[in-house]
Amino acid sequence: MDFENILHAVVSLTAMGLLFGIILGIAAKVFAVETDPRIEQITQALPGANCGGCGYAGCANFADAVVRGAAPTNGCMVGGAQVAAQVAAVMGQEPLEVIPQIAVVKCQSNCDNVKQKYVYEGYDSCKAISSLSEGSKQCPYACCGMGDCVRACLFDAIHIVDGVAVVDKSKCTGCGACARACPKNIIILREASCDHEVLCSSHGRGTEVRDVCKVGCVACGICVKKCPGKALSLVDNLATIDPQKCINCGTCVEVCPRHAVHRLP
Amino acid sequence: MSELFLIAINAVLIENYVLVRTIGCCPFLGVSKRTETAVGMGMAVIFTMTLSSGITWAVNKYILVQFELEYMRTVAFILVIATLVQFVEMALKKIMPALYSALGIYLPLITTNCAVLGAALDGVTKNYNFIESVVFGMTAAVGFALAIVLFSGVRERTAGNDIPAAFRGFPFALISASLLALAFTGFSGLSLPL
Repeated sequence: MDFENILHAVVSLTAMGLLFGIILGIAAKVFAVETDPRIEQITQALPGANCGGCGYAGCANFADAVVRGAAPTNGCMVGGAQVAAQVAAVMGQEPLEVIPQIAVVKCQSNCDNVKQKYVYEGYDSCKAISSLSEGSKQCPYACCGMGDCVRACLFDAIHIVDGVAVVDKSKCTGCGACARACPKNIIILREASCDHEVLCSSHGRGTEVRDVCKVGCVACGICVKKCPGKALSLVDNLATIDPQKCINCGTCVEVCPRHAVHRLP
Repeated sequence: MSELFLIAINAVLIENYVLVRTIGCCPFLGVSKRTETAVGMGMAVIFTMTLSSGITWAVNKYILVQFELEYMRTVAFILVIATLVQFVEMALKKIMPALYSALGIYLPLITTNCAVLGAALDGVTKNYNFIESVVFGMTAAVGFALAIVLFSGVRERTAGNDIPAAFRGFPFALISASLLALAFTGFSGLSLPL
């Protein structure tokens, strides 16, 4: 191969590369998509966990929605008040109040409290087991304990302890990913200010609950009568605490004959 | 017309890029866990392979052959494909943001998909004219999309199966891919007058 051949190769490939470079450069100008700089700023301020707790696919989508005015500036539960203030500052608005929330698993159906209906040997999934005669535990409202919520949690804040999911209050950010993953809908998201919760989701009648669970709420109504703040009420055979009225006095925990009401650890 | 039809049948079924010629296996195994993403990847590949086979045909005929640089084909074609993918990405982002976000990460990944380069090189070695090259590129990509969508279906169906521990995950994917490839060799019985 002589010198001319090498020259041809180098020159034509360099020319091609240059030509393509110029085309791409022009294309970048022609096809430039104008983006609001505030979207980038808000994305920077957000935690970046892409948990979806705000209802959008990720932090960037939430930032886009805030700039469009579709989402409130305090929509990010995970970031809390600090992030809400930063986002509001970028948008030039007054910061909105953020009420911290946490997830609570309303069930304590561990091996001691609830009997098994059958032995499950299959795919590790709450969705799968709950489709088989409403789960392997005798209570149809019981936590399946297969850990769909654990896999959904991005913050390592929920774990299966003795067959029941338990939220770690110190790590929970209130994004609600576990609540969306639970096929039984027994994980609720509520104000973190109230420390007490009825750890039962059964809407069955008293006798039905008594038959299958040692610690289920039988809707006797003692807690409703004794609560000084009138924070408790019976809804569809289940005692329910209104977190906004709860004064954390602990009366409900003491009076409950079934030990269904607990102070969250 | 019948010539083009034969090229298409040949590229999709008989010489299916992934399953018969084993070109482009990396996205085939990497992006086939879910049918949704497999369809996205398939569409993106069809789009770029059709365009790239046309452009590489022109580059080959008017630049490489003119200067007797056929030995530089691979380098030049990679240059064309990389540029094209970049260009398509920018254009899509502006013109069709919905399609852009649907294809997502798979669009830039195509640069490294050897099926795209394979189709471009094949079109040249088979001495196709421009129309034939484009049809060949498109149908080869359709074959790729067909294979990856079929395979993702197999993987979705078998995801929850009780597989012996030693075969779980990737080994099982390779075995099912080989079974699918065996099924496709059945098409080699179609002898086309090419």
